[in-house]
Amino acid sequence: MNIDYRQLEQHAQNIRRNVIKMAVRAKSAHLGGVLSIVEILTVLYFQILKIDPQAAHDPDRDRLIFSKGHAGLALYAALVERGFAAEEILETFYKDDTMLTAHPTKDCMPGVETTTGSLGHGLPLGTGLAWAAKHDNQPFRTFVLMSDGECDGGSTWESILFAGHHQMDNLIAVVDYNKIQGFGRTAEVLNLEPFVKKWESFNWAVQEVDGHDLAKLQEVLSQVPFQTGKPSVVIAHTIKGKGTSLEDTLDSHYKIPPEYATDLH
Amino acid sequence: MRPTFIKTLVELAQKDERIFLLTGDLGYAALEPFREKFPKRFINMGVAEQNMAGFAAGLAMSGKLPVVYSIATFVTLKTLEQVRNDICYQNLNVKIVGVGSGLTYSQYGATHHSQEDIGLMRLLPNMKVICPGDPVEVEAATRAMMADPQPCYLRIGSRGEPVLHEPPIDFQIGKGITLRPGKDIALVATGNMLENTMKAAELLRGSGLSPQVVSMHTVKPLDANLLKELFINFQQVFTIEEHSQIGGFGSAVAELAAELHDGRASLHRIALPDQFQKLGAWLARLRQENGLSPEGIAETVRKIYNQTS
Repeated sequence: MNIDYRQLEQHAQNIRRNVIKMAVRAKSAHLGGVLSIVEILTVLYFQILKIDPQAAHDPDRDRLIFSKGHAGLALYAALVERGFAAEEILETFYKDDTMLTAHPTKDCMPGVETTTGSLGHGLPLGTGLAWAAKHDNQPFRTFVLMSDGECDGGSTWESILFAGHHQMDNLIAVVDYNKIQGFGRTAEVLNLEPFVKKWESFNWAVQEVDGHDLAKLQEVLSQVPFQTGKPSVVIAHTIKGKGTSLEDTLDSHYKIPPEYATDLH
Repeated sequence: MRPTFIKTLVELAQKDERIFLLTGDLGYAALEPFREKFPKRFINMGVAEQNMAGFAAGLAMSGKLPVVYSIATFVTLKTLEQVRNDICYQNLNVKIVGVGSGLTYSQYGATHHSQEDIGLMRLLPNMKVICPGDPVEVEAATRAMMADPQPCYLRIGSRGEPVLHEPPIDFQIGKGITLRPGKDIALVATGNMLENTMKAAELLRGSGLSPQVVSMHTVKPLDANLLKELFINFQQVFTIEEHSQIGGFGSAVAELAAELHDGRASLHRIALPDQFQKLGAWLARLRQENGLSPEGIAETVRKIYNQTS
């Protein structure tokens, strides 16, 4: 399959431009963790997920559970870029009477599968969806996009243990490992390392990838399941606040990068 | 109550392939009939209740009808946020079943005493709360709950509870059932307090009072019409529950009563005090200690009746 990476790069740029526009206009938080997943969402929505914007509720569609709900505007922008809704909807973000709150709600726009916002909920939900698919011999796969911070939580590890035990190879977790969580670096708050070994020891098949490299993301994500009889996890090494002056800072979780502060008002 | 629940669920699952039973590693000598009949729709989730509740939401998103089972404390307290965000906020068809209502697991200690569950579950939008009072109500409630398309919390006891109704009964979610007509006072019980309330009513009748006994098996939605009638027709309305006096059934009735303007009855809540149980004791003793024995209920009622009549 020939992949037009220039086209893919263009999609990523459009998403990036839109999320920055939205965050700057809304003065909303969490832009850092939005910018760290732009390429991941681009590859998922344009290359990997078997979805059709015209049939957002097709029972056979692949599911994306957007567990890191605080990055909701990335999801909104990606869905618009993929054609699930017209771009105008993004202008309502954070305004009175909008459907688009910071954390997404099920069906707040076409393509939003589930309500998220409290961390540690996505993987259990996704595991249930994947179980139903197996039970009914349905072909769809369930992807769960997670933050590194939510790997602190017990509910996440409950489902990791469960999915590994039950050999749920139709379940794929993608961890946005930008290494900065709500109030510090993951290495300092609660060190996740050795992260790969943890997942492996829970009977998951693991691949690491540069989460900003479209070609490498494409290569890795197109191989799932990595191993028959095991759930797959992609640990995507990313940079919080990617492409801005707040790259790799805790500030990027809360602040608008100063170079945009005067724009668009 | 538990054997009736399982028996009924097995019957329903025979005809409805959407039904799944998930347990947090509990249900020994209880859930086996379901597991044997429907091994692919029975999942022991392990001692991992948060995952169990979120997982159930995922199943429901795929059109399944999951029943989440554990001891009432575990299935409402450990899972509260999953029940709120994943199940209720998304209005998914998931049923939460808590066994060991109130002080049922008396000697297990306060970790197993379920005295906040009604309050927590009734706080959640889209959630219904049903507390059947005997095995007959358990069967009817299970059928009604499984036929309802929304989230529901079913609070049941354990085993050996006596049958108090003469079946068949007219069971509807949100409609109280009058078991004994009376004139002076209304005793409105929910869940496992129905038995002692019936016994207390006998004692009160013996001392010349005429109590009406109502089983208010549904705490949410409350039967506002029936309660209004009671507040109009009686001098006193007593709520009886094995749950904290804060936030539970009596509180729900008090909220309603506070906005009633044509009722004449005063409301009295007989419930567990706002404290953890200090005693290790069997159920009868614990109930006695908390004023929830038949004699304790009768005495409280008599005292208040004499003071205010």
